[in-house]
Amino acid sequence: MNGPIGPLPMQAPSPGNSFTDLLDSLGAKPVMSLPPGEKAPSAPEGTTVLALRYVGGVVMAGDRRATEGNLVAHRRIRKVFPADKYSAVSIAGTAGLAIEMVRLFQVELEHYEKIEGVRLSLDGQASFLARLVRGQLPMAFQGLVVVPLFAGYDEREGRGRLYSYDAVGGRYEEIDFGSTGSGARLAKSYLRTVYRDDLEGEEATKIAVSALVAAAQEDTGTGGPDLRRGIYPTVIRIGAEGLVELTDDVVAPLAEQAVETIR
Amino acid sequence: MTIPFYVAPEQLVRDKAEFARKGIARGRSIVAVDYANGLLLLAENPSTALHKISEVYDRIAFAGVGKYNEFETLRKAGIRQADLMGYLYSREDVTAMGLATAFAQTLGAIFTRDPKPFEVEVLIAEISEDGDEHRLFRVTYDGTLYDERNYVAIGGKAEQLTEALEESWAPDMTLERALEVATDVFRRAEGREIEGWEAGVLDSANGRRAFRRLTPAELPHL
Repeated sequence: MNGPIGPLPMQAPSPGNSFTDLLDSLGAKPVMSLPPGEKAPSAPEGTTVLALRYVGGVVMAGDRRATEGNLVAHRRIRKVFPADKYSAVSIAGTAGLAIEMVRLFQVELEHYEKIEGVRLSLDGQASFLARLVRGQLPMAFQGLVVVPLFAGYDEREGRGRLYSYDAVGGRYEEIDFGSTGSGARLAKSYLRTVYRDDLEGEEATKIAVSALVAAAQEDTGTGGPDLRRGIYPTVIRIGAEGLVELTDDVVAPLAEQAVETIR
Repeated sequence: MTIPFYVAPEQLVRDKAEFARKGIARGRSIVAVDYANGLLLLAENPSTALHKISEVYDRIAFAGVGKYNEFETLRKAGIRQADLMGYLYSREDVTAMGLATAFAQTLGAIFTRDPKPFEVEVLIAEISEDGDEHRLFRVTYDGTLYDERNYVAIGGKAEQLTEALEESWAPDMTLERALEVATDVFRRAEGREIEGWEAGVLDSANGRRAFRRLTPAELPHL
């Protein structure tokens, strides 16, 4: 963009300063519906992501696999993303649409922060995400479903918070843990047996990785840690000090340990 | 039907320019100073709520003097433009050069088209990823675009500030030194008590989003 570009967009899409509404007003918002009666093309799907609260915050983790029917479409796809300095979003469902939704969500949060001079509240972020999911509804009816998971540290309340969603944009705050995707049921039954209210960050991280490994045992959609290729789950931890994405060096031993102990 | 009075275009432009210049001259000034790892933007601003300096994009900042509602409108438009470009293409495709051109076009159009020109002058600052390189663009009320180096001043006392910076600025200063130099030139140029500081930096140490507002504790005492 070194050449000259057009004049500035001086008008806000009234009444708010939403970036998504701005895109919409310019006709540049991603297409969120198919012609009626059309069947959606087959597209890769993201599988299992989960999040759990611990004493000072929240941990979010996801495997790295995307499937298309019974095939592995991608081995190293990323499904857990930072949303802003204190929040993260992860996705399950049609990967292409979900990743674009996350990208729009990230820009929306940063845009709001720059325009208004303050960050959008965690609850505000969660309800905006619900709006994006709801915008996806026509596609959901045609088989292209996106279901995110949202978590963050609420600075005003001083605690980690966690929200799960459904395909129609329903938003549900969870007090312990949440999971979405093909292996969600398995991950949740694992979490249910080990979850405690007094978990510390380290332990919660370990549990998050173990739950993914447990889900991968029976759900073919969930990719377990691939020790030979060096593919490990994505793990993000958010506390009062902000969001930290754990490196492979940290996650690898946890994954190896989880694989060792599983029968 | 009444026949409108004929006003020569030269006269019209001169009148508008004089009007805009008068408005800007009444306002307080801003300086931008290059230092070792980034750029410092310093404004005299008695208000802690109404900002003159702001983040626009990853490594780009905006500063405006003159009428608050007018440069605030421009600031928001700049953020819209930057976020649109970055979303539609890639983050690296958003540059100060592209934004400055858009600011210039917009201000130029307003100056010729609208009965009242914007009484503002804006600055678009950018640093490279490692903080070693920088770009400083100044856009005046009529859309004229200036490419500056190392330091720049806008606002009522721009001329005096630039003269003072010419003497004081040195390459590779630390942020502390840059802040000293900038506050010192302000005091010299204004020759009166400063009513409040507002400062922000674009610093490569801040990660992807290089802009950071300096806290009151980091600012020099009045």
